[in-house]
Amino acid sequence: MSFPDVKIRTRNVNVHYGDNHALQNVTLDVRSNAVTAFIGPSGCGKSTFLRCLNRMNDVIAGCRVDGEILIDDRNIYDSNLDPVELRAQVGMVFQKPNPFPKSIYDNVAYGPRIHGLTSSRAELDEVVEMSLRRAGLWDEVKDRQTAVASGLSGGQQQRLCIARAIAVNPNVLLMDEPCSALDPIATAIIEELIDELRASYTIIIVTHSMQQAARISQQTAYFHMGHLVEYDATDTIFTRPKEKQTEAYISGKIG
Amino acid sequence: MTDRGVTKSEAFQARLRQRQKQEARFKAYGIAAIVTALGFLCVLLGSMIYSALPALTHHHLVLDVVVEVPADKVSQDRFELADGMDWRGITFAALHQRFPDVTSRRDRRALMGLLSMSASDAVEEAFLNGSIAPNEVAQVEVPVSDDFDLLVKGVIDRSLPETDRIVSDRVLTWIELLEADGRVVSRWAWALLTNGDSREPEMAGVRGAFIGTLWTMLVTLLVSLPIGVMAAVYLQEIAPRNRFTDFVEININNLAAVPSIVFGLLGLAVFINVFHMPRSSPLVGGLVLALMTLPTIIIATRASLAAVPPSIREAALGIGASRLQVIMHHVLPLALPGILTGTIIGLAQAAGETAPLLMVGMMAFIVDTPTEVTAKATVLPAQIYMWANNPERAFVARTSAAILILLMLLLTMNALAIYLRKRFEKRW
Repeated sequence: MSFPDVKIRTRNVNVHYGDNHALQNVTLDVRSNAVTAFIGPSGCGKSTFLRCLNRMNDVIAGCRVDGEILIDDRNIYDSNLDPVELRAQVGMVFQKPNPFPKSIYDNVAYGPRIHGLTSSRAELDEVVEMSLRRAGLWDEVKDRQTAVASGLSGGQQQRLCIARAIAVNPNVLLMDEPCSALDPIATAIIEELIDELRASYTIIIVTHSMQQAARISQQTAYFHMGHLVEYDATDTIFTRPKEKQTEAYISGKIG
Repeated sequence: MTDRGVTKSEAFQARLRQRQKQEARFKAYGIAAIVTALGFLCVLLGSMIYSALPALTHHHLVLDVVVEVPADKVSQDRFELADGMDWRGITFAALHQRFPDVTSRRDRRALMGLLSMSASDAVEEAFLNGSIAPNEVAQVEVPVSDDFDLLVKGVIDRSLPETDRIVSDRVLTWIELLEADGRVVSRWAWALLTNGDSREPEMAGVRGAFIGTLWTMLVTLLVSLPIGVMAAVYLQEIAPRNRFTDFVEININNLAAVPSIVFGLLGLAVFINVFHMPRSSPLVGGLVLALMTLPTIIIATRASLAAVPPSIREAALGIGASRLQVIMHHVLPLALPGILTGTIIGLAQAAGETAPLLMVGMMAFIVDTPTEVTAKATVLPAQIYMWANNPERAFVARTSAAILILLMLLLTMNALAIYLRKRFEKRW
């Protein structure tokens, strides 16, 4: 598939964990300012692929990534690109809410602080407030920003993690099953949030819930056993899949 | 619940009873083990305290002392006066007036033997601080000898025949006369804490060894904490996993099990023979103990680093923190309580160590309190060992008292470890 507004291009991406060939020849383009969902059974390589996009796999011993990944036409595996620079551009939200054991304020302020994005306390306060507002958490925590983040509920913690990720003003947001540890109400709030954030960010979400993929994404990619099986508009994937494997998965026959 | 009949069967009920019995038995074994351990601990502490009791007090003799000063010198400065005086003679005269019939040289020596070697110092001090006015009778408490003291405390049995007793019949009569006079009083034995080592039990104290231990621990801490933590952080967080790091890791674990005297030999060979550092000094002792403590600190630090959840590292990396920032901002602060606990436990272990210090000359009779890391010094466990080897009866109690002081030092260090852990856990 080709789009006029491509944010991320990947060509023949292969990932090896030691002898395990986890991802094979993945080639796909991700649209700018849209939500792209990666679905597939456990161990299919969707999370691995997601983690290639901000080079989180670098820290895993024995992991090797081949192929080309371009974000805004720049190869992110270029040897003169520091992963720190990349991760400031490509934010990530993890499966389990993982706030730092610090105050709510310090959690959000951490990114701007280490990247030196703000020059004064007032400016930092502003960034923190704006990030919390965009994450839909401001009204709930504005009076207790100095409270420890672990006192928040699971859903609030996950929104705090989203606020923390967008505080450094990235272009791309990667979400690795962000709702799998949350109850349906918290999940609904996060899904709504993702839909709002689409206007400002390119969002890629890995999910186990096909309903979730159908609800929030515009594009969906189906992975199976390390292969990209099918990639199309979400409507097409869920109503008229071209591949037998995709159909079997979305109709609940495998996975 | 629908009963499928399984639980009703006789065999099932029998197995259930069997399991319950096993559980009860297991619990009983556990309780028995704890009670046994506590029992041994109580016996150990109890016997230690009991045998240390005689060392906590020391008897003093009240003497009527007269310091004769010629009329033309009375107005002179006391310190100048004191310099030229025969304090031993003055002290003896005060004691001798109670036993005027003692004349022979041998008996006079025996009579003076009732008092501690430090008795004349006590008289001089009383003169210097103004408790004794010149040419007037003044009452001064002077420490008695160790045998006198033990006899009054009942540690030496008076009813034994003279041949089996350290104290002769003659001396015993004198002591009983002085007791009848009401001149023998019991005082806290502060000398145990304020004095350095001495050949005379009643004058011997742990001050020198205690300060020596503190200096040694300071060197150990300053050397082993930074090196240990850096090594652990590198191995756990940064080093690639390969044969070399595996080899290093195995060796660190093995080092923790090396007999401590081997570290002493290493210290002798390297620090003293190659680098010519001063023998018997807290510097060398501290370095040797630092080598010994390093594996403990490295292992404890690595364990607490490994216990920091990976999600925290991922969160920081995901925002764009560099590896060093992840370690310094997140991982190390979270691991700090564990690192501190490991360090203090390691130090406490080192503080109780004797064997390696034997090799670098810290097992020595040193009277002075060390004032720097290069001064000659000994440490508490070495002091205990040396006192235990002394033949005088009174050192038995002193040894136990010194052991109690060492135990208290270790307990304080462990309490500090617990306090620090609690404090930092709250903040994080």
